[in-house]
Amino acid sequence: MKYTIQQVFHSGKFLFGFIIFVGLLLITIIYPLIIRHPPLEIISQGTFFPPGIYVNVYDSISSPTYILLLNDAAVKRIASKLGDQERIDMQEWLLADGIPENEIEIQDTVKLLDLWEKNYDPTLRIAGMTYAKHMYYQRLNTSLHGILSTESAVIAGVNPQSGVLEESASVAQTDYVNIGEVPNVRVLPLGTDNFGRDVLTELVKALSVSLQIGFVAGTVATLIGLTLGLLAGYVGGTVDDIIMFFTNLFTVIPSIVLLILISFSIGQEHRGAFIISLVIGLTSWYWTTRAVRAQVISLRNRDHVNLSRLSGHSVAHIIVADILPYIASYVVMAFILQISSGILIEANLSILGLGPRTTEVPTLGLMMNWAMIYQAQILGKWWAYFPVIVTIAVITFSMNLMNTGLDHVFNPALRD
Amino acid sequence: MAAIVSRMAQGSSNTAGTQAIYKQYTELFGTNKPMLEQFFIYVKNVIHGDFGLSFSQYPRTVAEVIKASIVWTIALQFPAIIAGWLIGNTLGALAAYIKKGFDKVLMPVSILVSNFPAFGMAVILMVVFGVYLRWFPTSGGYGFDLIPAFTWNFIWSVFVHYQLPFWSIVLITIGGQAIGMRSMSIYELNADYVKYSRFMGIKDRKIIGYVFRNAMLPQVTGLALSIGTMVGGALVAEIIFSYPGLGYTILNGVTGQDYPLISGVTLLITLMVLSATFLIEILYGFIDPRIKAAQSD
Repeated sequence: MKYTIQQVFHSGKFLFGFIIFVGLLLITIIYPLIIRHPPLEIISQGTFFPPGIYVNVYDSISSPTYILLLNDAAVKRIASKLGDQERIDMQEWLLADGIPENEIEIQDTVKLLDLWEKNYDPTLRIAGMTYAKHMYYQRLNTSLHGILSTESAVIAGVNPQSGVLEESASVAQTDYVNIGEVPNVRVLPLGTDNFGRDVLTELVKALSVSLQIGFVAGTVATLIGLTLGLLAGYVGGTVDDIIMFFTNLFTVIPSIVLLILISFSIGQEHRGAFIISLVIGLTSWYWTTRAVRAQVISLRNRDHVNLSRLSGHSVAHIIVADILPYIASYVVMAFILQISSGILIEANLSILGLGPRTTEVPTLGLMMNWAMIYQAQILGKWWAYFPVIVTIAVITFSMNLMNTGLDHVFNPALRD
Repeated sequence: MAAIVSRMAQGSSNTAGTQAIYKQYTELFGTNKPMLEQFFIYVKNVIHGDFGLSFSQYPRTVAEVIKASIVWTIALQFPAIIAGWLIGNTLGALAAYIKKGFDKVLMPVSILVSNFPAFGMAVILMVVFGVYLRWFPTSGGYGFDLIPAFTWNFIWSVFVHYQLPFWSIVLITIGGQAIGMRSMSIYELNADYVKYSRFMGIKDRKIIGYVFRNAMLPQVTGLALSIGTMVGGALVAEIIFSYPGLGYTILNGVTGQDYPLISGVTLLITLMVLSATFLIEILYGFIDPRIKAAQSD
């Protein structure tokens, strides 16, 4: 046993897959200990905030300010509002307004803004321009307002007695705050999702729930498959016929159909993550049964089993002591595959809208489902779906690597 | 089973349409009769091609809804699965034969690809080719501004909409098949008859012909056994692309709590998969003479 385990861990593929898998497991355990936000808490008003560090504006005004004299600050400030695309758009408007092309210099910021301020008229509708474009120019005009000013911005508060605005602070263009000194900063490495929840925290929780679903489904499927396979293979006769009848029945009926029908009839209210994993387990045992039965049949008449039978050992003893050790490696491999396919099946079901109900726990499939319903992929909100796909792919990849590694150890014919 | 399911799942809303369906259902399926009798009535109706009325698309019958969508599914899935199977097997066989660099590159890639969930591949293809590159449309079976007709415009539109769902199914099928074929081919290449043929001085090309024919056989069985799973994955790919096939119909049925539609579609998918499996089994007899020989004994 010890030697076998040693050998397994010498296989590069297995080790690699195992490390990835353990890494993911550790993340699901350690992350919630460090970041204690509830995973389903809705924190943002509005959908799909992009990834980044969110700093409270109100708090940063009252935080201690530092003066940094950076040369490129003004250039960056202008570039953030007046990029190349905006310059080209402005040129387009000015041309349509009838300004000759040689007068417009789009790279000279001062001249361009000067020309724009002189000529732009928000009420003017240019023929052939869509309303959306018209509104875009109005927004652009507002955002350009005061872009070249070098004066401080004044912060004012309302005096509670008189109701008059009073200057409370002024912010110069060279003022900086240290993020560490602002009391309210929230890091959202993967932004927020369609409900306004922190995607990373949700993803870690979803990963752990999906792993549990896979584990329960895999355990159920392997246990049923193993028991039935051992019975069918070792006992044989009528028992074998009955078990094989059901196994064949399950093999030919596509399991996705069974899953759809069962989860649909369970109903949305009763569909928890645990029930779904049980259903997945109950519909995917037949592979294991077939394979275990085939191996048991070939083992049944070996000398050591016959010897054991002659010595008067009970059926249970023979199965546990003389047959199980020979098929253990296969069962472990099947178990790993069942876990990874359980995770995939849950995701597929959730996309169909038949996954666990949404209010309690996130799963990888549910996150995918919501991202699809809110069209994250069309809107270019990659953080809502891409990390989920990668996570699923990495889990199944690591498990398949472990499986191939085991296969190479136990199945010398495959080594090359 | 479908009758039992449709009975078990009961969620009703009091609209005139649903009332009419309820009334019609009580007559059609005899919901007031015992369960077993109900089941036989359902079977009798199904044999006559009558799946009842759809709840969510009320005046249409389930048979009509299915008829409109099944063509899309068959035209999409079967070519895609067969193409993926052929390409995957060719690549796997080449990897086993050429080894070295080709194998080193192909194997990790196929393992990675075969681990990709079906919807993941679909979404990535959609984002890359549909949203960023804008080569192909992202949803539907044909342009939303077109009416089905035999015009060049329409056929071109169908062709363009076909590409992304097709390739996402093909790519997913390739990975798994390539891995299976590679290990089968390696196994066969080390078999005694190959060594014997080498000693006999038979040409390499001929030996390879034998080897791959033998290695193909388990792959054909594998196709028969896994076609159900593949169809499941392909249904999800259809949903991602809003392709007007059976997968999308199921989604509509689920969101519309449409029991007759779901039972009809699932029954049909089962029948399709069963007949595909049956066809493959028959083909198997032609490919492998040993099966016929065993049967004639």
